[in-house]
Amino acid sequence: MSWVVPSLWLIPVLPAVAAGVIALAPRRCRRFASGAAIGSMGVSLVLSLVAFMHTVGLVSRGAESRQVFNFTWFQFGDKVLPLGWVLDPLSAVMLVMVCFVGLLIFIYSLGYMAHDDNFTRFFCFLALFAGAMLGVVIANSLLLLFICWELVGLTSYLLIGFWFHRPTAAAAARKAFITTRVGDMAFLIGMVWLYAGTGTLLFYDAGKGCLETTAIHSLVMRATGVGMAASTGISLLIFLGAVGKSGQLPLHVWLPDAMEGPTPVSALIHAATMVAAGVFLVARVYPLMAVTAPEAAPPAIQAPAVAVAGQTERAGESHGATSQSHEGQHGGAPVSTALKVVTWTGVLTALFAASIAVAQTDIKRILAYSTVSQLGFMMMGLGAGGVAVGMFHLITHAFFKALLFMGAGSVIHGCHEEQDIRRMGGLKAFMPVTYMTYAVGMMALSGVPLLFSGFWSKDEILHAVQAWPVSSLPFVLGLAAALLTAFYMTRQMAYVFFGPCRLKHSASHGTHSKRAESTPHESPRVMTVPLIILAVFAVLLGFFGTPVWPWFQSFLEGRAARIDAGRLFTVGTLGLIGLSTLVVFGGIYAGWRLYGRRPPRKAEAADPLEAIYPEGYAVLRNKYYIDELYDLSVVRVTHWCGRMSDWLDQTLWAGAVRLVSFGFVALSWLSRLFDEYVVNAGFDQGCRKLITGGSGFSRLQTGRVRHYLGMLALGFVVLVLVMLWRWRP
Amino acid sequence: MNGFPILSLLTLVPLVGGLILLGLHSRQHQLARRLALAFSGVSLLGVLLLCGWFDTGTESMQFEERYGWIDALAVDYRLGIDGLGLLMVLLTGIVVPMALAAAGPVPDRGPAYFGLVLLLQSGLFGTFTALNFFHWFIFWELSLIPAFFLIKLWGGPQRSAAAIQFFVYTMVGSIGLLLAFLAIYLAVGTFDFMEIAERARQGTLIPALSASVGWYDLTTRQLGFVIFAAAFLGFAVKVPLVPLHTWLPAAYSEAPTATTMLLTGLMSKMGVYGFIRIVLPIFPEALRWVSVPLLWLAVITVVVSAAAALAQRDLKRMLAYSSINHLGYCLLGLFAITSGAAGELVAVEKSAALSGVFLQMFNHGLTAAALFWFVALIEKRSGGLRGLGDFGGLRTRAPVLCGLMGIALFSSLGLPGLNGFVGEFLIFKGVFGLTPWAATLSTLGLLLTAVFILTMIQRVFFGPVNPAWSGFSELTVGERWQVAPVIGLMFLIGIYPQAILGFTNRTVVTMIKAVGY
Repeated sequence: MSWVVPSLWLIPVLPAVAAGVIALAPRRCRRFASGAAIGSMGVSLVLSLVAFMHTVGLVSRGAESRQVFNFTWFQFGDKVLPLGWVLDPLSAVMLVMVCFVGLLIFIYSLGYMAHDDNFTRFFCFLALFAGAMLGVVIANSLLLLFICWELVGLTSYLLIGFWFHRPTAAAAARKAFITTRVGDMAFLIGMVWLYAGTGTLLFYDAGKGCLETTAIHSLVMRATGVGMAASTGISLLIFLGAVGKSGQLPLHVWLPDAMEGPTPVSALIHAATMVAAGVFLVARVYPLMAVTAPEAAPPAIQAPAVAVAGQTERAGESHGATSQSHEGQHGGAPVSTALKVVTWTGVLTALFAASIAVAQTDIKRILAYSTVSQLGFMMMGLGAGGVAVGMFHLITHAFFKALLFMGAGSVIHGCHEEQDIRRMGGLKAFMPVTYMTYAVGMMALSGVPLLFSGFWSKDEILHAVQAWPVSSLPFVLGLAAALLTAFYMTRQMAYVFFGPCRLKHSASHGTHSKRAESTPHESPRVMTVPLIILAVFAVLLGFFGTPVWPWFQSFLEGRAARIDAGRLFTVGTLGLIGLSTLVVFGGIYAGWRLYGRRPPRKAEAADPLEAIYPEGYAVLRNKYYIDELYDLSVVRVTHWCGRMSDWLDQTLWAGAVRLVSFGFVALSWLSRLFDEYVVNAGFDQGCRKLITGGSGFSRLQTGRVRHYLGMLALGFVVLVLVMLWRWRP
Repeated sequence: MNGFPILSLLTLVPLVGGLILLGLHSRQHQLARRLALAFSGVSLLGVLLLCGWFDTGTESMQFEERYGWIDALAVDYRLGIDGLGLLMVLLTGIVVPMALAAAGPVPDRGPAYFGLVLLLQSGLFGTFTALNFFHWFIFWELSLIPAFFLIKLWGGPQRSAAAIQFFVYTMVGSIGLLLAFLAIYLAVGTFDFMEIAERARQGTLIPALSASVGWYDLTTRQLGFVIFAAAFLGFAVKVPLVPLHTWLPAAYSEAPTATTMLLTGLMSKMGVYGFIRIVLPIFPEALRWVSVPLLWLAVITVVVSAAAALAQRDLKRMLAYSSINHLGYCLLGLFAITSGAAGELVAVEKSAALSGVFLQMFNHGLTAAALFWFVALIEKRSGGLRGLGDFGGLRTRAPVLCGLMGIALFSSLGLPGLNGFVGEFLIFKGVFGLTPWAATLSTLGLLLTAVFILTMIQRVFFGPVNPAWSGFSELTVGERWQVAPVIGLMFLIGIYPQAILGFTNRTVVTMIKAVGY
């Protein structure tokens, strides 16, 4: 093993250390903070490229492309808990993507955040985020992945709430953290279940890891109480974690609100990297997700044949990525329950979010719903096609979506913090660079054929769903989502860059009252140069994954790629290319017809779509009322539970205690009453009688001798009489 | 055995200090504070020395001292610590100086205040090192009395009721404990924990009880259960276990902050410590018998207290419920250990759960004490206000205060990288392996914890600045340096948990093996 793998830890640790140093630095050290963050990110990028080339070298030589480095974190009892990191094609690709996009966004932030008071803190959080995200990427242990996953969530929380004095930002930050934590709790349970089931959380550990054949085989064979294999249960729980992080239905609600954060944050965290971590997670544990129980044959014969999405794999190279090569070789292979769930979730999310994006008017929210939708596409690709299909779209999407967000940031910056697309318009003339690069991003996202990366990666996904043996509905729904994507992006372009500028009509809106200031302006170089670089990549990347030369897919599977033009002419490939081209141009044409030909003159004008079908538009505009539904159900129930528990405390438990103490108090009262009215009263009464008697008798004690003598005489007489009567003869 | 009596000395230092302080004139409160800090500093040094001398490779009791004391009753003065004891002594050594620093100057009868805190520390050291019920019980009660007076004399407006409730509640528990041990003493003729545990392991304890205490027509098993229940009660109140917790929110919120820190950081650990040191080895049969109901109670403790915290409008009360929630995880881990079958297969789960419980005890002590400290720092600036709705936008005015408190809050929430996570992860790992349903239900508690902590942050730290607090002042340099070591420790344990687990690993193995679960 060369020095590359053992020192891979430097890549995430460098930005994290930079974050720590910046946190301790005084607030005024702005130059130092940005320098430390960008510098550490630059070094990490260089190291990532080295690691990437190292992996490419291994793959091209046909050597084992996965190398791990494990170490002991701590010991509990007499057992140890190991962690580790892994360098394989999957993590190498992600490393380069995260470092590269991250570095560009860091540089872009120099311009975007230049006037913010908390510039230092911003770079601290950004660097911490980069460290945690890179940790997710290289983790060779589900636990380490989970740790970094949570830290990524923390930085997302901190950065969404970066302008925490705005109540909306504060609420959005909390919502993001809690919503993703719902998924994370399922993830945690899945993780401890996996730990209990296989005795390790290391992914790869020379045959003993939890993603390797032995462990997976034992999980498939283990039934649970509810009639599915342990592997399915674990997969679904882990997938729930991915659902939360990647904003899939039904936990997507936090992502659009997360746009309250500064735009570079939206670009980096909520478009390119963190939200894609869920997709990456599914790709990472793919062998577990894809495994199906060998039902037909008895286990004894089938022992090593843990079918992974149609491929019997070699031990030690359990990648599980089916080639999505355009031969459509799915025939007959069983599809695991987990992958079915992944696919369906992806399909529904893709269509659902795309339809919402159609009716939004906030430039960043449109992009946010678009991100949700594209993440759905990635899940769809993972579920139906395999790791390479989903990951390819993840990578291309990271570039063009970061580009779009940064373009949107540039627009917002140029329009003096205006985010409503109805108040923009005609920016083409004012911001040429932003316009050109945004157009590239838009075409990549819509999937304009041949030249743009988004076309190739989306085509892969559609191709995979087309061949999906379970159902053909996802293919249709996926095409519909692609159509909507082209439509809403065209709508956005038309609103923002074409038509008359509607910005000045809303001078009362902002604080900028002077007319000179309300004219839009192009952003500074430090912001536009990253845009241009990303635009170049948004085009170029596509050529690494075409059917003719599927370099990316082969690389992820650890194979060297060959150029083979013949693949174009295999069944379905060209047909699908034609069909998706048709869909894309259909979407763009519809969008242009509605919005581009007669652009709205005034910001207050009704949306053309609203004019056509107001009821449907209202539903879309209000995001199907999902937020309201959650407010009425989950949120209300939670608060009710809180009040209920508090009430239980105040009345029931405390009441029981009070009852007991009341019992004791009553008892003591009772004994007091007994004392007073029975014991004391009896005694007192006896005494009183004695006193009365005594005082009666005391009256006899007159002290006069005459009385005494008289009484004596009387007594004597009585005595004599008695004796006479008694002793009568 | 009977080497240098460091444990006795450790107990003696705060005792002497406390008595000296009680003798000072009430005008000398500044001197009293300095003296108290000095004494607790000496104790901390002693504890650190102890950690240095501690041999992590042996499973027997260390630093043992044993002297015959009352021969007629067969009572020995016997001290010793294993990993668990060391951990608790270490925690005590750390939290008491924290509490003293947080208390600040106390002009009102200062010497008495600081003297009582030191007496409390002495009681805690004694409780965590004693191996004989006789003087263990003395220390157990000794720690209760200073706590009572600290609440009663220096507490908030409802202090009297809170103090009495606290005292009576724990006394009831203590009486159960005392009766149980008297019965055991009658049966086996010793108060020594180790010897009683040995009898229990051989299975002769309960029959001996039945022979000597034969009570009405209870069967042997039922009698064992009654004795167990009496002992259990004492610890369950102290931890506390729902529904025996109702003294806690009042006591925590009415007590002066330093006392709250001691109550939550240390005295709640006495309960868990008692469970591990006494109930677990002495009543294995009975525990296993009722483990399922107990697990339910633990789950309810975890979930209900987190939900109740959500409804609180007072920072201290909210943290008090959060405290119940966190200790609920400890009980969850313990009861799960008793519920599982024996065998090598689940030994790893049990090791994980017990290690997690140890770590969680330490972490909770540190984090909860730190959180109450931060509330005190806020109260100092707000003139005693601490309602959830009283603030808003504090982070704009005092970013460092809010940032550091935020770290402590996220540690309490169980964020990886900080101390809270490792313990909770180990507990969940162990509990899931033993009783999956309990672990699954308890994640609700984790979720609700996030909800109320983030709600608190949102309402107190975030949002526009409340005009009433536009003059809210930032942490002073001195305060920053006081808080910094605690925050540093949170990071240290979060990143390198071996620092704590290294002390307890042998003990975990021994306990799992010894109690035969």
